Amino acid sequence: MTHPQHKDYAGAKLGMWLFLFTEILLFGGLFLLYSVYLRRYPHEFAAGGKQLNWIMGTANTAILLTSSLFAAMSVTAVQRDELKRADGLIGGTVICAAGFMAIKYFEWSAKIGHGIYPGSEHLKAGPPGESVFFSLYYITTGLHGIHVVIGAVLLAWIAAKVKGGTVNAGDYILLENGALYWHLVDLIWIFIFPLYYLIL
Amino acid sequence: MTTLKQPKTSFWNDTGKTGIASWIFSTDHKRIGLLYLYSTFGFFLVGVLLGLLLRIELMAPGRTIMGPQTYNAVFTVHGVVMIFLFILPSFPGAFGNLVMPIQIGARDVAFPRLNLLSWWLYIIGAVLILTALFIGGGAPDTGWTFYVPFSARTTTNVSLAVFGVFIIGFSAILTGLNFITTIHRLRAEGMTWDRIPLFTWSLYATAWVQVLATPILAITLVLVMSERILGTGLFDPAKGGDPVMYQHLFWIYSHPAVYIMILPAMGLISDIIPVFSRKPIFGYKMIAFSSLAIAAAGSLVWGHHMFTSGMSDTAVLVFSFLTFIVAIPSAIKVFNWVSTLYKGSISLEAPMLFALSFILLFSIGGLSGLILGAAATDVHVHDTHFVVGHFHYVMFGGSGFAFFAAMHYWLPKFYGRRYAEKPAVVGWALMFTGFNILYFTMQVLGMKGMPRRYYDYLPEFANLNLVATIGSWILAAGLVIMLVNLFRGLLWGAPFEGNPWGGATLEWTVPTPPPTENFLEEPVVTHGPYDFKGTGKP
Repeated sequence: MTHPQHKDYAGAKLGMWLFLFTEILLFGGLFLLYSVYLRRYPHEFAAGGKQLNWIMGTANTAILLTSSLFAAMSVTAVQRDELKRADGLIGGTVICAAGFMAIKYFEWSAKIGHGIYPGSEHLKAGPPGESVFFSLYYITTGLHGIHVVIGAVLLAWIAAKVKGGTVNAGDYILLENGALYWHLVDLIWIFIFPLYYLIL
Repeated sequence: MTTLKQPKTSFWNDTGKTGIASWIFSTDHKRIGLLYLYSTFGFFLVGVLLGLLLRIELMAPGRTIMGPQTYNAVFTVHGVVMIFLFILPSFPGAFGNLVMPIQIGARDVAFPRLNLLSWWLYIIGAVLILTALFIGGGAPDTGWTFYVPFSARTTTNVSLAVFGVFIIGFSAILTGLNFITTIHRLRAEGMTWDRIPLFTWSLYATAWVQVLATPILAITLVLVMSERILGTGLFDPAKGGDPVMYQHLFWIYSHPAVYIMILPAMGLISDIIPVFSRKPIFGYKMIAFSSLAIAAAGSLVWGHHMFTSGMSDTAVLVFSFLTFIVAIPSAIKVFNWVSTLYKGSISLEAPMLFALSFILLFSIGGLSGLILGAAATDVHVHDTHFVVGHFHYVMFGGSGFAFFAAMHYWLPKFYGRRYAEKPAVVGWALMFTGFNILYFTMQVLGMKGMPRRYYDYLPEFANLNLVATIGSWILAAGLVIMLVNLFRGLLWGAPFEGNPWGGATLEWTVPTPPPTENFLEEPVVTHGPYDFKGTGKP
């Protein structure tokens, strides 16, 4: 027997939300380690946080928040069938993602230039808590950076679909789920930023 | 493939596509289920072979057939293969895929392409793990738990093996979220939550554990890789890290994971017992609820693996208490199964024999688990053969025997051919006997103080070890008989038609074997899954 193919929007969104849970738990493991080690090394963590460049951190926070806004606006634009505008907004998100990664690159290379990276002589000479702080910093922001890249590639691919017309006012679940993923990437950064950059 | 012998109306050939590509790129849940069955069961046989080699090595003190390094590698690979390549993916992947969508009256799962991707990720992960055995520093020798600091320092190829497990974790997550969405969204008309068969209920609970626990394994494995490759030192005391944190993270996943392994087995038993007792299930709601309760409570007990790792006494007390809580929903299930049997018209066919032995073996395993869950006794038997015996009672005696039950119960439906009953019973009897000789002896050995994972042992343990090894041969003989019988029966046996066991769940209402989209017309469910009136047999 043949059936007309109809898409189950609620199902697709449920699946996406479940996937977002798994992402939160993935980072949750790292936040768990952070909380345990923060309690063990409060002073070293505070000292480590001061070595991070809070200006770059703040800039990246602003960039990601803006990108999330663009992502949300692109969904509304597609709902209103303004496909061109939607494409531009998704493009804005992707450009923000690139800006985020560029700042991240300068941040990391400055740190690595100062001899601060996992297993470095500088960290070996310092207190153990400092080494733990920077190891966690690199793994957490690194994993987050991978998610930014994945999200940007995903959105670029969806932008092509909007352009091609397969994502439109009648069928935009793909864009909606892509934007949900992007909000998650943003959300995780909202936790990373104060925990690492603003810690007293 | 047995395509030519199948009627033209089944999923084996009704699409007209029967080549290898039509299987490995199929999005049909039944084909994917069979792919999972073949691949996971293939790895099961590899694991069995390794297990038999371990038993031969332990048959007598000193070197028997392999050196200590090989022994370490063999027990590690035995564990990794059995846990990550067989038990974890097999039940949801094989029978979940084959049966669950039909049980709820759906044409397929919610995300068929994701389902196919899950299988491919599983295969990619498996290939990576197998590759790790032969390149780099050779097969991992850490045990399947990959404990630091050894896993961070050993020169064997832990990184690649761990990456393989990481990929398989991804596959499990996708299966889990697919099944949750399927059960929420694709139930047929009339398939209310209190009419869902208990096997599907258990898969639902399992899927939540897959979704919520597996990411923790993923991040833990990422951290092991980063310890080895980048030297991050988060688990290395020399760099301020704490190895016990690894154990916490690992068990936060791996304890709930044992419920991924056992819950679908319990669900299957809840489906088989009423059918072969000709009686509705006793306590349907409590069995369904206890699956969720086990999934929830089981996520909070991981610390009982670490009573000797140096946790605070308060933590030990809390984890010990919570562990006992899990025993309650498990016991609810056992008592309800027994109550279902009471005054039933019991028919002892092969699936029922496996199901009944599940109840016994799981109970032995579960009760020995309480000995391990109580901190005072655990300290004495921790890391002994008692643990190995306990684990095999619940995992092999539980999940394994349930898997065999499922093979005898459901596979004829999907192949349209039946196995011979007598060899099935003989195979079951041999396996049941050999199983108890092997693993009960292990528990006794553990009580006497024989450590696990040791290459050599004191001469006083020699006799019991010989007994256990002989048990393993009886078990293997039974397994061979069962397999040959199933293989012959499903390929060339007499036709299997209709509903010979009188099941009342939806899979018994569709043609045998089912067509590609399962139902000839949209099903409307009008009665519960164990309402046997009008199902053919009294």
